[in-house]
Amino acid sequence: MKIVLCVKQVPDTSDIKWTENNTIQREGLESITNPYDVYAFESALRLKNKYGNVSITALTMGPGQAEEMLRKFIALGADNGVLLCDKKFAGADTYATGKTIASAIESKISDYDLIVCGQFAVDGDTAQTGPSIANFLGIPQVTYVKEILEYSEGSVLLVRELDCGVETVRVKLPALICVLDNDFEPTRATINGIARGQAAKIERYGIDDIDLGVEQAGLKGSPTYVSKAFRAPQKQVECEFLTSCDDLAHQIKVCGGLCE
Amino acid sequence: MSKGILIYSEISADEYIHTVVFELSSKALELSAKLDNTPVMALLIIRPDLINSYKEAFRNCGFDKVFYVVDERFGVYKNDLFAEAAIQAVRQIDPEIMLIGATCQGRDLTPRISTALGTGLTADCTALDINEKGQLAATRPTFGGQLMATILCKKYPQMATVRPKVFKPTVENVTKDTAFIKLSVDLAGFESKIEVLDYTKKAVAEINTLDSADIIVAGGKGMKNEEGFALLKKLADKLGGTVAASRVAVEMGLASKDVQVGQTGKTVSPKLYIACGISGALQHTIGMNSATKIIAINTDKNAPIFDICDYGMVGDAFEIIPQLLSKL
Ligand SMILES: Cc1cc2nc3c(=O)[nH]c(=O)nc-3n(C[C@H](O)[C@H](O)[C@H](O)COP(=O)(O)OP(=O)(O)OC[C@H]3O[C@@H](n4cnc5c(N)ncnc54)[C@H](O)[C@@H]3O)c2cc1C
Ligand SMILES: Nc1ncnc2c1ncn2[C@@H]1O[C@H](COP(=O)(O)O)[C@@H](O)[C@H]1O
Repeated sequence: MKIVLCVKQVPDTSDIKWTENNTIQREGLESITNPYDVYAFESALRLKNKYGNVSITALTMGPGQAEEMLRKFIALGADNGVLLCDKKFAGADTYATGKTIASAIESKISDYDLIVCGQFAVDGDTAQTGPSIANFLGIPQVTYVKEILEYSEGSVLLVRELDCGVETVRVKLPALICVLDNDFEPTRATINGIARGQAAKIERYGIDDIDLGVEQAGLKGSPTYVSKAFRAPQKQVECEFLTSCDDLAHQIKVCGGLCE
Repeated sequence: MSKGILIYSEISADEYIHTVVFELSSKALELSAKLDNTPVMALLIIRPDLINSYKEAFRNCGFDKVFYVVDERFGVYKNDLFAEAAIQAVRQIDPEIMLIGATCQGRDLTPRISTALGTGLTADCTALDINEKGQLAATRPTFGGQLMATILCKKYPQMATVRPKVFKPTVENVTKDTAFIKLSVDLAGFESKIEVLDYTKKAVAEINTLDSADIIVAGGKGMKNEEGFALLKKLADKLGGTVAASRVAVEMGLASKDVQVGQTGKTVSPKLYIACGISGALQHTIGMNSATKIIAINTDKNAPIFDICDYGMVGDAFEIIPQLLSKL
């Protein structure tokens, strides 16, 4: 079975600093691997460990520095890395991102069984990229996947965790899945793994390599655009610190509408 | 020319029209007023025997038209089947705006529709408006909730998803002559690649309590153990409220995932949210900062939760809550 794992570097949103003009200070902003893509990887790796004869190609569209993330996944057990990197990809919304990744998979990987994505990326949290890739490739998708139960005869059996229930589904391959958080013990890199990661040749493709027109990629290929960005309004309250439980009980009653 | 605002009418697992549909329709009425009263429409993908029982639900909610497509196979949601039906239907309806609830089903289905129609999609919006050029201005949080972005779309339909509880449903009846229109879609040769083998529904009570609660008593890692959560339950019971949790508390097994509040949990907006032993990470507060009043109890006076709360008490919740219980 051939797996393509879509991973993304995101800014570490827990550590954002603001400039005086209320814009995000981008220098010094750390990049991390999207946490859901790590969960996605762990699910794929377990499939590989269980069945053998499974290969994992980690793929990302991003800046040159994203190569390090791909090496890290190879160190942890992925087989190959593919970096889609081109100035013309910049500014892509999820539609253009999906289109670019789908074109790359079609023209460069063509032979795949399962595409594994994270359910969300924590910077944008749109949860759209996976389904967009699937639609461009014309393959089915299953989102909110909690667990991959088994792989047999051209299909995978999956558990989905939804708002109101838990669903078990079987989907025919090739297919794309989006993976939720799971509590697999995070895999640790071995010395050999790290060496393999460092030595691996990362395949790097630009727009001319993947059968995509300039008008289909990046900002140009994006139907949506940001017209305005602003700092989220902070709640305009000053916390009043209480020191006695009597006062606290009183405020709870007032705020909760339990007394006049 | 594209016309009207179309709302995808999800049927939830308990076979009701999902409440988010009526939250969206009340917003759509507002938007429609800024677009020369462009029609407000619904799309229902439904099993043929059920359509009549749903018609009543759409009356007096301000819909001008309810489009429906029927097929025996629509009893169980499957992404590829519903996407195919929705894509064909939306092509025929040709709306200028399409709104969908950011539920599991909505988030699963919508990107398939937008991608197939070659248009954009703005997910998880917290505000929708019409700008001076008549475009849908969809505002959503990014960067873990710290940055807000207003997004426009060059193509039609302009699509957006909105989480449940972000907008309020209209309270008063909006009397309109709602037209019910059956659309035909061609699914004759369609074979789904997805087979649903089992579905275990969570208890309805479990799902809905957070949505309807006026008072939520929430616990985080600081509530440490089952005893801590038992205290919260006592407090909640005394106040006629319900218990929620941070993700860490859920991961510790102290509460069910169904009551997790935050980015990867639920959005709640009760009258009063009491946060006990919760630090106030953005991924948590994004799900509760629209509560009318917030009260926090935390041992750390520098915990970020105090930046967004109305009243705070610095101290050990294990000492404070028992005292509160005797005073309430
Ligand atoms: C992609 C992603 C998605 C996430 N989604 C969510 C989400 O949906 N919801 C969510 O909640 N989190 C989410 N998180 C996690 C979030 O970042 C925080 O880690 C989490 O909210 C912290 O939970 P907490 O406040 O319970 O724990 P902590 O941050 O550890 O805080 C515990 C607090 O308890 C206080 N405390 C300790 N003992 C006591 C005591 N005896 N009495 C009173 N106070 C005490 C401490 O001072 C501390 O402030 C997400 C993270 C990521 C990366
Ligand atoms: N630039 C990218 N490169 C590779 N995969 C991506 C990229 N953007 C998004 N993805 C995948 O799509 C998932 C959902 O992302 P999003 O739609 O941004 O929430 C991520 O978890 C990744 O698996």
